[in-house]
Amino acid sequence: MNLDKQKLKQSVAKAGKALWNSFPILLGVILLVSIITVLIPTSAYSFLFRNNFFDSLMGSTLGSILAGNPITSYIIGGELISQGISLVAVTAFIVAWVTVGLVQLPAESMLLGKRFAITRNITAFILAIVVAVITVGVLTLI
Amino acid sequence: MTSEKSYTGWYFLLIVIAIYAIVLFIAPDKVLKSLGVFVGIIVKVIPIIVLVFILMAVTNYFIKPSFLVKIMGKKSGVLGWIIAIITGIISTGPIYMWYPLLADLKKKGVRQGLIATFLYNRAIKIPLLPMIILYFGLPYTIILTIVMMIISVIQGLIIEKLVGVKK
Repeated sequence: MNLDKQKLKQSVAKAGKALWNSFPILLGVILLVSIITVLIPTSAYSFLFRNNFFDSLMGSTLGSILAGNPITSYIIGGELISQGISLVAVTAFIVAWVTVGLVQLPAESMLLGKRFAITRNITAFILAIVVAVITVGVLTLI
Repeated sequence: MTSEKSYTGWYFLLIVIAIYAIVLFIAPDKVLKSLGVFVGIIVKVIPIIVLVFILMAVTNYFIKPSFLVKIMGKKSGVLGWIIAIITGIISTGPIYMWYPLLADLKKKGVRQGLIATFLYNRAIKIPLLPMIILYFGLPYTIILTIVMMIISVIQGLIIEKLVGVKK
Protein backbone atom coordinates (compact mmCIF):
# COMPACT_ATOMS: atom_id res chain seq x y z
CA MET A 1 0.00 0.00 0.00
CA ASN A 2 1.31 3.42 -0.95
CA LEU A 3 1.16 6.00 1.78
CA ASP A 4 0.87 9.66 0.91
CA LYS A 5 3.57 11.09 3.19
CA GLN A 6 2.25 14.64 3.10
CA LYS A 7 -1.27 13.49 3.92
CA LEU A 8 0.00 11.20 6.65
CA LYS A 9 1.92 14.11 8.15
CA GLN A 10 -1.24 16.25 8.10
CA SER A 11 -3.32 13.47 9.64
CA VAL A 12 -0.82 13.01 12.46
CA ALA A 13 -0.55 16.77 12.97
CA LYS A 14 -4.35 17.10 13.08
CA ALA A 15 -4.62 14.31 15.64
CA GLY A 16 -1.83 15.89 17.67
CA LYS A 17 -3.51 19.26 17.52
CA ALA A 18 -6.86 17.82 18.58
CA LEU A 19 -5.23 16.14 21.55
CA TRP A 20 -3.18 19.24 22.37
CA ASN A 21 -6.36 21.36 22.36
CA SER A 22 -7.92 19.08 24.93
CA PHE A 23 -4.66 18.78 26.91
CA PRO A 24 -5.21 21.65 29.41
CA ILE A 25 -8.80 20.57 30.00
CA LEU A 26 -7.78 16.95 30.44
CA LEU A 27 -4.91 17.84 32.76
CA GLY A 28 -7.08 20.30 34.69
CA VAL A 29 -9.87 17.79 35.13
CA ILE A 30 -7.52 15.02 36.28
CA LEU A 31 -5.95 17.47 38.76
CA LEU A 32 -9.43 18.54 39.88
CA VAL A 33 -10.62 14.95 40.24
CA SER A 34 -7.47 14.17 42.28
CA ILE A 35 -7.92 17.02 44.73
CA ILE A 36 -11.68 16.46 45.03
CA THR A 37 -11.03 12.78 45.78
CA VAL A 38 -8.75 13.83 48.64
CA LEU A 39 -10.75 16.80 49.96
CA ILE A 40 -14.34 15.61 49.62
CA PRO A 41 -15.17 12.35 51.40
CA THR A 42 -17.26 9.68 49.67
CA SER A 43 -20.14 10.44 52.02
CA ALA A 44 -20.57 13.82 50.30
CA TYR A 45 -21.19 12.10 46.96
CA SER A 46 -23.54 9.55 48.40
CA PHE A 47 -25.41 12.54 49.83
CA LEU A 48 -25.72 14.07 46.33
CA PHE A 49 -26.68 10.76 44.76
CA ARG A 50 -29.21 8.97 46.90
CA ASN A 51 -32.01 7.17 45.10
CA ASN A 52 -32.11 5.97 41.50
CA PHE A 53 -34.31 8.63 39.95
CA PHE A 54 -32.59 11.65 41.42
CA ASP A 55 -29.25 9.94 40.83
CA SER A 56 -29.76 9.96 37.09
CA LEU A 57 -31.14 13.50 37.19
CA MET A 58 -28.05 14.63 39.10
CA GLY A 59 -25.80 12.73 36.70
CA SER A 60 -27.43 14.28 33.65
CA THR A 61 -27.24 17.76 35.21
CA LEU A 62 -23.56 17.42 36.10
CA GLY A 63 -22.81 16.06 32.63
CA SER A 64 -24.65 18.95 30.99
CA ILE A 65 -22.81 21.62 32.93
CA LEU A 66 -19.37 20.10 32.59
CA ALA A 67 -17.87 19.77 29.12
CA GLY A 68 -14.76 18.65 27.32
CA ASN A 69 -13.22 15.57 25.82
CA PRO A 70 -15.32 12.41 26.32
CA ILE A 71 -12.22 10.73 27.83
CA THR A 72 -12.52 13.15 30.74
CA SER A 73 -16.09 12.01 31.39
CA TYR A 74 -14.96 8.37 31.47
CA ILE A 75 -12.28 9.23 34.00
CA ILE A 76 -14.73 11.11 36.23
CA GLY A 77 -17.36 8.39 35.67
CA GLY A 78 -14.86 5.70 36.63
CA GLU A 79 -13.95 7.62 39.76
CA LEU A 80 -17.63 8.11 40.65
CA ILE A 81 -18.29 4.37 40.29
CA SER A 82 -15.32 3.52 42.49
CA GLN A 83 -16.91 5.81 45.06
CA GLY A 84 -20.11 3.80 44.98
CA ILE A 85 -22.27 5.98 42.76
CA SER A 86 -24.85 4.01 40.73
CA LEU A 87 -24.15 3.02 37.12
CA VAL A 88 -27.42 4.69 36.00
CA ALA A 89 -26.24 8.04 37.36
CA VAL A 90 -22.77 7.66 35.87
CA THR A 91 -24.22 6.62 32.48
CA ALA A 92 -26.56 9.63 32.46
CA PHE A 93 -23.50 11.70 33.32
CA ILE A 94 -21.27 10.45 30.47
CA VAL A 95 -24.11 10.57 27.92
CA ALA A 96 -25.12 14.12 28.89
CA TRP A 97 -21.44 15.11 28.83
CA VAL A 98 -21.26 14.58 25.06
CA THR A 99 -24.85 15.17 23.97
CA VAL A 100 -25.69 18.28 26.01
CA GLY A 101 -23.32 21.23 25.71
CA LEU A 102 -24.13 24.30 27.76
CA VAL A 103 -20.68 25.66 26.96
CA GLN A 104 -21.18 25.19 23.22
CA LEU A 105 -24.82 26.36 23.27
CA PRO A 106 -24.05 29.94 22.08
CA ALA A 107 -22.03 28.63 19.12
CA GLU A 108 -24.67 26.03 18.30
CA SER A 109 -27.42 28.67 18.47
CA MET A 110 -25.54 31.04 16.19
CA LEU A 111 -24.75 28.46 13.55
CA LEU A 112 -27.66 26.04 13.62
CA GLY A 113 -30.45 28.25 14.94
CA LYS A 114 -31.59 29.12 18.46
CA ARG A 115 -34.74 27.00 18.37
CA PHE A 116 -32.85 23.98 17.07
CA ALA A 117 -30.02 24.33 19.61
CA ILE A 118 -32.27 24.82 22.64
CA THR A 119 -34.67 22.03 21.65
CA ARG A 120 -31.78 19.68 20.90
CA ASN A 121 -30.07 20.33 24.23
CA ILE A 122 -33.24 20.02 26.33
CA THR A 123 -34.29 16.75 24.64
CA ALA A 124 -30.71 15.43 24.90
CA PHE A 125 -30.76 16.18 28.64
CA ILE A 126 -33.92 14.11 29.14
CA LEU A 127 -32.75 11.39 26.74
CA ALA A 128 -29.48 11.00 28.67
CA ILE A 129 -31.56 9.67 31.57
CA VAL A 130 -33.60 7.46 29.21
CA VAL A 131 -30.41 6.02 27.68
CA ALA A 132 -28.96 5.40 31.15
CA VAL A 133 -32.05 3.60 32.43
CA ILE A 134 -32.37 1.42 29.29
CA THR A 135 -28.64 0.61 29.13
CA VAL A 136 -28.36 -0.40 32.77
CA GLY A 137 -31.73 -2.17 32.58
CA VAL A 138 -30.60 -4.32 29.64
CA LEU A 139 -27.22 -4.91 31.29
CA THR A 140 -28.94 -6.20 34.42
CA LEU A 141 -31.25 -8.45 32.41
CA ILE A 142 -28.49 -10.30 30.54
CA MET B 1 -12.95 29.53 17.23
CA THR B 2 -10.23 26.97 17.83
CA SER B 3 -8.02 29.40 19.69
CA GLU B 4 -10.99 30.63 21.71
CA LYS B 5 -11.72 27.10 22.82
CA SER B 6 -8.12 26.23 23.60
CA TYR B 7 -7.77 29.42 25.69
CA THR B 8 -10.82 28.38 27.68
CA GLY B 9 -9.02 25.15 28.45
CA TRP B 10 -5.91 26.96 29.62
CA TYR B 11 -7.97 29.31 31.80
CA PHE B 12 -9.62 26.28 33.31
CA LEU B 13 -6.23 24.70 34.02
CA LEU B 14 -5.03 27.98 35.61
CA ILE B 15 -8.09 28.03 37.89
CA VAL B 16 -7.38 24.44 38.96
CA ILE B 17 -3.72 25.32 39.65
CA ALA B 18 -4.95 28.30 41.69
CA ILE B 19 -7.12 25.93 43.73
CA TYR B 20 -4.03 23.80 44.38
CA ALA B 21 -2.11 26.92 45.45
CA ILE B 22 -4.86 27.88 47.91
CA VAL B 23 -5.05 24.36 49.35
CA LEU B 24 -1.23 24.32 49.58
CA PHE B 25 -1.44 27.24 52.02
CA ILE B 26 -4.21 25.70 54.11
CA ALA B 27 -3.28 22.01 54.07
CA PRO B 28 0.00 21.15 52.28
CA ASP B 29 -0.40 17.43 53.03
CA LYS B 30 -3.68 17.34 51.06
CA VAL B 31 -1.90 18.68 47.97
CA LEU B 32 0.76 16.00 48.28
CA LYS B 33 -1.94 13.33 48.61
CA SER B 34 -3.81 14.78 45.61
CA LEU B 35 -0.68 14.69 43.47
CA GLY B 36 -0.29 11.03 44.42
CA VAL B 37 -3.83 10.34 43.18
CA PHE B 38 -3.06 12.43 40.08
CA VAL B 39 0.01 10.35 39.19
CA GLY B 40 -2.05 7.18 39.66
CA ILE B 41 -4.70 8.35 37.18
CA ILE B 42 -2.07 9.57 34.66
CA VAL B 43 -0.27 6.21 34.69
CA LYS B 44 -3.59 4.49 33.98
CA VAL B 45 -4.51 6.90 31.18
CA ILE B 46 -1.26 7.42 29.22
CA PRO B 47 -1.27 4.16 27.22
CA ILE B 48 -4.85 4.80 26.14
CA ILE B 49 -4.05 8.39 25.14
CA VAL B 50 -1.31 7.03 22.88
CA LEU B 51 -3.77 4.55 21.37
CA VAL B 52 -6.37 7.29 20.89
CA PHE B 53 -3.75 9.45 19.16
CA ILE B 54 -2.85 6.67 16.71
CA LEU B 55 -6.51 5.87 15.95
CA MET B 56 -7.29 9.57 15.44
CA ALA B 57 -4.43 9.97 12.98
CA VAL B 58 -5.53 6.85 11.09
CA THR B 59 -9.13 8.13 10.93
CA ASN B 60 -7.91 11.52 9.70
CA TYR B 61 -5.84 9.85 7.00
CA PHE B 62 -8.54 7.62 5.59
CA ILE B 63 -11.74 9.68 5.96
CA LYS B 64 -12.05 12.91 3.96
CA PRO B 65 -14.42 15.68 5.15
CA SER B 66 -15.56 16.15 1.54
CA PHE B 67 -16.65 12.51 1.50
CA LEU B 68 -18.77 13.14 4.59
CA VAL B 69 -20.29 16.25 2.99
CA LYS B 70 -21.18 14.28 -0.13
CA ILE B 71 -23.03 11.48 1.61
CA MET B 72 -24.64 13.72 4.24
CA GLY B 73 -25.79 16.27 1.67
CA LYS B 74 -28.19 13.93 -0.01
CA LYS B 75 -31.71 13.88 1.38
CA SER B 76 -32.91 10.36 1.86
CA GLY B 77 -35.22 8.28 4.00
CA VAL B 78 -33.90 5.36 6.03
CA LEU B 79 -30.54 5.70 4.29
CA GLY B 80 -30.29 9.31 5.52
CA TRP B 81 -30.65 8.21 9.14
CA ILE B 82 -28.11 5.44 8.66
CA ILE B 83 -25.69 7.90 7.06
CA ALA B 84 -26.26 10.41 9.89
CA ILE B 85 -25.52 7.69 12.46
CA ILE B 86 -22.40 6.40 10.70
CA THR B 87 -20.92 9.81 9.88
CA GLY B 88 -21.67 10.99 13.42
CA ILE B 89 -19.70 8.07 14.77
CA ILE B 90 -16.72 8.31 12.41
CA SER B 91 -16.33 12.10 12.56
CA THR B 92 -13.52 13.27 14.82
CA GLY B 93 -12.46 16.43 16.62
CA PRO B 94 -14.30 18.80 18.94
CA ILE B 95 -18.04 19.07 18.34
CA TYR B 96 -17.97 22.80 17.65
CA MET B 97 -15.66 22.23 14.69
CA TRP B 98 -18.61 20.59 12.94
CA TYR B 99 -21.14 23.40 13.45
CA PRO B 100 -20.02 25.43 10.39
CA LEU B 101 -20.18 22.35 8.15
CA LEU B 102 -23.59 21.38 9.55
CA ALA B 103 -24.87 24.94 9.10
CA ASP B 104 -23.73 24.72 5.49
CA LEU B 105 -25.46 21.36 5.03
CA LYS B 106 -28.62 22.75 6.60
CA LYS B 107 -28.61 25.57 4.06
CA LYS B 108 -28.18 23.02 1.31
CA GLY B 109 -31.30 21.24 2.49
CA VAL B 110 -30.25 18.57 4.94
CA ARG B 111 -33.03 17.68 7.38
CA GLN B 112 -32.62 19.10 10.90
CA GLY B 113 -33.40 15.71 12.34
CA LEU B 114 -30.40 14.25 10.54
CA ILE B 115 -28.18 16.99 11.99
CA ALA B 116 -29.46 16.24 15.49
CA THR B 117 -28.88 12.52 14.92
CA PHE B 118 -25.38 13.24 13.64
CA LEU B 119 -24.60 15.32 16.74
CA TYR B 120 -25.98 12.66 19.08
CA ASN B 121 -23.84 9.95 17.54
CA ARG B 122 -20.71 12.00 18.05
CA ALA B 123 -21.01 10.58 21.54
CA ILE B 124 -19.97 7.20 20.15
CA LYS B 125 -16.35 7.46 19.14
CA ILE B 126 -14.51 4.46 17.75
CA PRO B 127 -11.04 5.65 18.89
CA LEU B 128 -12.45 6.12 22.41
CA LEU B 129 -14.02 2.65 22.63
CA PRO B 130 -10.93 1.04 24.24
CA MET B 131 -11.11 3.68 26.95
CA ILE B 132 -14.80 3.21 27.71
CA ILE B 133 -14.34 -0.60 27.64
CA LEU B 134 -11.48 -0.25 30.13
CA TYR B 135 -13.59 1.81 32.49
CA PHE B 136 -16.99 0.16 32.10
CA GLY B 137 -16.51 -3.22 30.44
CA LEU B 138 -17.37 -4.65 27.00
CA PRO B 139 -21.06 -5.65 27.51
CA TYR B 140 -21.84 -2.18 28.88
CA THR B 141 -20.08 -0.50 25.95
CA ILE B 142 -21.95 -2.59 23.36
CA ILE B 143 -25.36 -2.00 24.96
CA LEU B 144 -24.74 1.73 25.45
CA THR B 145 -23.63 2.11 21.82
CA ILE B 146 -26.71 0.36 20.44
CA VAL B 147 -29.10 2.23 22.76
CA MET B 148 -27.52 5.55 21.76
CA MET B 149 -27.84 4.79 18.05
CA ILE B 150 -31.56 4.05 18.47
CA ILE B 151 -32.15 7.07 20.70
CA SER B 152 -30.29 9.31 18.23
CA VAL B 153 -32.94 8.59 15.58
CA ILE B 154 -35.72 9.15 18.13
CA GLN B 155 -34.15 12.49 19.01
CA GLY B 156 -33.92 13.41 15.33
CA LEU B 157 -37.64 12.67 14.92
CA ILE B 158 -38.54 14.62 18.09
CA ILE B 159 -36.50 17.61 16.86
CA GLU B 160 -38.30 17.57 13.52
CA LYS B 161 -41.66 17.43 15.33
CA LEU B 162 -40.75 20.33 17.63
CA VAL B 163 -38.67 22.51 15.33
CA GLY B 164 -40.20 21.52 12.02
CA VAL B 165 -38.82 19.74 8.98
CA LYS B 166 -36.71 22.13 6.93
CA LYS B 167 -36.13 21.07 3.40
